[in-house]
Amino acid sequence: MQKVLEKVAITGAEAVAYAMKQIEPDVVAAYPITPQTPIVEYFAKYVADGVVKTEMIPVESEHSAMSALVGAAAAGARAMTATSANGLALMHEIVYIAASYRLPIVMPVVNRALSGPLNIHCDHSDVMAERDSGWIQLFAESNQEAYDLTILAVRLAEHEAVRLPVMVNLDGFILSHGVEPVELYPDELVKKFVGEPKPYYPLLDTDHPVTWGPIDLYDYYFEHKRQQVEAMENVKKVFPEIAKEFEEMFGRRYNFVEEYKLDDADHVMIALGSTNSTIKYVVDELREEGYKVGALKIWMFRPFPKETLQRLLNGRKTVVVLDRALSFGAEAPLYEAVKSALYEVAARPLLGSYVYGLGGRDVKPEHIRKAFEDAIRGNLIADEQRYLGLRE
Amino acid sequence: MPLKSWKEIPIGGVIVTPGSAREYKTGTWRVMRPILHKEKCIDCMFCWLYCPDQAIVQENAVMKGFNYDYCKGCGLCAKVCPKQAIEMRPETEFVGEEG
Amino acid sequence: MPVNIKQLAQEFEKKEIGITQGHRLCPGCGAPITVKFVLMIAKHLGYEPIVGLATGCLEVSTTVFPYTAWSVPYIHNAFENVAATMSGVETAYRALKAKGRIPEGKRYAFIAFAGDGGTYDIGLQALSGMLERGHKVLYVLYDNEGYMNTGNQRSGATPPGSDTTTAPVGKKLPGKIQLKKNIVEIVAAHENVYAATAVLSEPLDFFAKVEKALNFDGPSFLAVFSPCVRFWRVNEDQTVEISKLAVETKYWPLYEVERGVYRVTRKPRQFRPVEEFVKAQGRFRRLLERPDAKEIVQELQEYVDRRWERLLALEEATKDKPIR
Repeated sequence: MQKVLEKVAITGAEAVAYAMKQIEPDVVAAYPITPQTPIVEYFAKYVADGVVKTEMIPVESEHSAMSALVGAAAAGARAMTATSANGLALMHEIVYIAASYRLPIVMPVVNRALSGPLNIHCDHSDVMAERDSGWIQLFAESNQEAYDLTILAVRLAEHEAVRLPVMVNLDGFILSHGVEPVELYPDELVKKFVGEPKPYYPLLDTDHPVTWGPIDLYDYYFEHKRQQVEAMENVKKVFPEIAKEFEEMFGRRYNFVEEYKLDDADHVMIALGSTNSTIKYVVDELREEGYKVGALKIWMFRPFPKETLQRLLNGRKTVVVLDRALSFGAEAPLYEAVKSALYEVAARPLLGSYVYGLGGRDVKPEHIRKAFEDAIRGNLIADEQRYLGLRE
Repeated sequence: MPLKSWKEIPIGGVIVTPGSAREYKTGTWRVMRPILHKEKCIDCMFCWLYCPDQAIVQENAVMKGFNYDYCKGCGLCAKVCPKQAIEMRPETEFVGEEG
Repeated sequence: MPVNIKQLAQEFEKKEIGITQGHRLCPGCGAPITVKFVLMIAKHLGYEPIVGLATGCLEVSTTVFPYTAWSVPYIHNAFENVAATMSGVETAYRALKAKGRIPEGKRYAFIAFAGDGGTYDIGLQALSGMLERGHKVLYVLYDNEGYMNTGNQRSGATPPGSDTTTAPVGKKLPGKIQLKKNIVEIVAAHENVYAATAVLSEPLDFFAKVEKALNFDGPSFLAVFSPCVRFWRVNEDQTVEISKLAVETKYWPLYEVERGVYRVTRKPRQFRPVEEFVKAQGRFRRLLERPDAKEIVQELQEYVDRRWERLLALEEATKDKPIR
């Protein structure tokens, strides 16, 4: 069977909406927020034209969007939504509940800065505030990846050893509104890959009435949380299996991380999302100039691929981490995660932390180059948080 | 119920056994106990209707008595009875008895 | 299909009502009686109830893991979102039915139970959204006029002069100052809905309204006066008596609004002054000890009187004129 339906030039939002169309969830409950809005608009058009049989709930807030999805998923339906920034922050309470209830909800998150002041442009502060929520978190570098990961996420979420909700992150405006070539797969293949949902104790099964969402006293809460830890650990085993199936079906290979010219790299740069395209461009340039540099792109941020990083970064000269978010009063989120993963490696590289791109501040090849040059010159201080593109 | 390990309970906090609360005998809360004077009873079923803990025992709409495993002794049955056929007596009078 | 109590007793002698014994609600609490009434009528009419709860007395006391006092499918999500959660459940049903994944002949009743906390205040947005979108869910409010599960904090449903921990009657302030929010009017303002008040002391009126609500082609709302024996400081056996008094003093008028048509369903021949309602409950004791007690009670009397007149006028004005 032909693996590719057609190659089109579309925005990330349209690509994600198209993936949702092909997945055809039973219920979508969504509230518009820039820059996620086009996803909801495209999907609403599919619903209005009868292209999908999905029931769409035009909820009155993001908090109600996630609440409705918890109800729908517990009832036994396949449920999806999408959001950004303050919308994600508003549903924060229920985001935790969705993970605790082990509901396989898939949610594209179009990354945008959290207010205040109000900013509608790209950064990762919204998803970083959900680090501890218990959701699986994937990051897309391109519109193709946003499309692919949305499809893959459905299988990952619903796997019986996992049963956790998944956030598929794509950079606001850069990917959501930027036009890129995307290869779309045939509907039948996507449907075959995602399969039928397997509900877990659905509410609509009145022959087996169950109680969802009890109160736990101090005698059981801990045990329920420990179960979530186990599920996250299982993701590390299940994801490669599903990624392999995805490759066999669609021809693209996903993993916890992408290694770009990493084999003999002395200096490695790590980042999440679309900035990796710029990093790869600069890596190519520097390689031409004779420097042994490489990029390690993280696809799966939660669960954090600690073992993979330890294996790939042990013995390197330097590792530079780029964060598109801050953690006020502590080290930047991705940097902190990488640093703590590297605590136990035999030969620890020199580390450098760079914060960039907040509130949509453009990150250019010269910024990336500067960070690499610091690394090459050994001019890195692990405890010092540096900034790219900030007017000091 | 003995406490279970994280491996022994369903995931997601779900309780899969309907009505498992019945294992918790709320009758132990009681300070007053309802006593039926059947000769006054007209089987109107008001006591059954109003009991918050479903502790009225009836067969085919005929009042039979009380389920002392669950009766909390609130006295609503006695209050709503149109014939004062139910009397609330202190639980201490029944120490050592069944129920 | 009018049903009588003896019939119900026969029907539910062996049949599960949906709520069981073993729950931890206070002796004499109005909430489990409310649930009993609603679920019995739903089942009697041939529906299979699927129940959603907001955080509160009922939720916490009936579902302490691993014990559950529910024998129908049940979901609790958070405090403010039972209306949104049940919107999702009801939509999932419609989606799965369209895809042929629901067995033929299944008639579900999607019922949400929430206290006044999760309805008047934090839950108002979700409720409004559910009503506006027209989900076929019956929302049952058990109104115990305060956040009782957490120890008697004031809510938008607390009556003026009531003593709560967050609006106590003190040396300066006389307890809650604001009037009770009129939730039934708020719901009725969504127009394409069925909304009604109900009390436990009028079971046949209650049952008729549950039936109407369940058969209504759209969202429905039942505001049940649900005494809290603990924090209203009344005797455990007073639940039904206080409910009766509430109707007779016009404090809790029994009426329904169906697509804008008002109907007062109980018109007591003899009314009693609202002062009797106030005096019967310990939560007003501190108020009554104040020098301005008489004025405050008088204000309340005027309010219930005018509200009653207004209801009668609305009944007249909207007779046979539904908005749709």
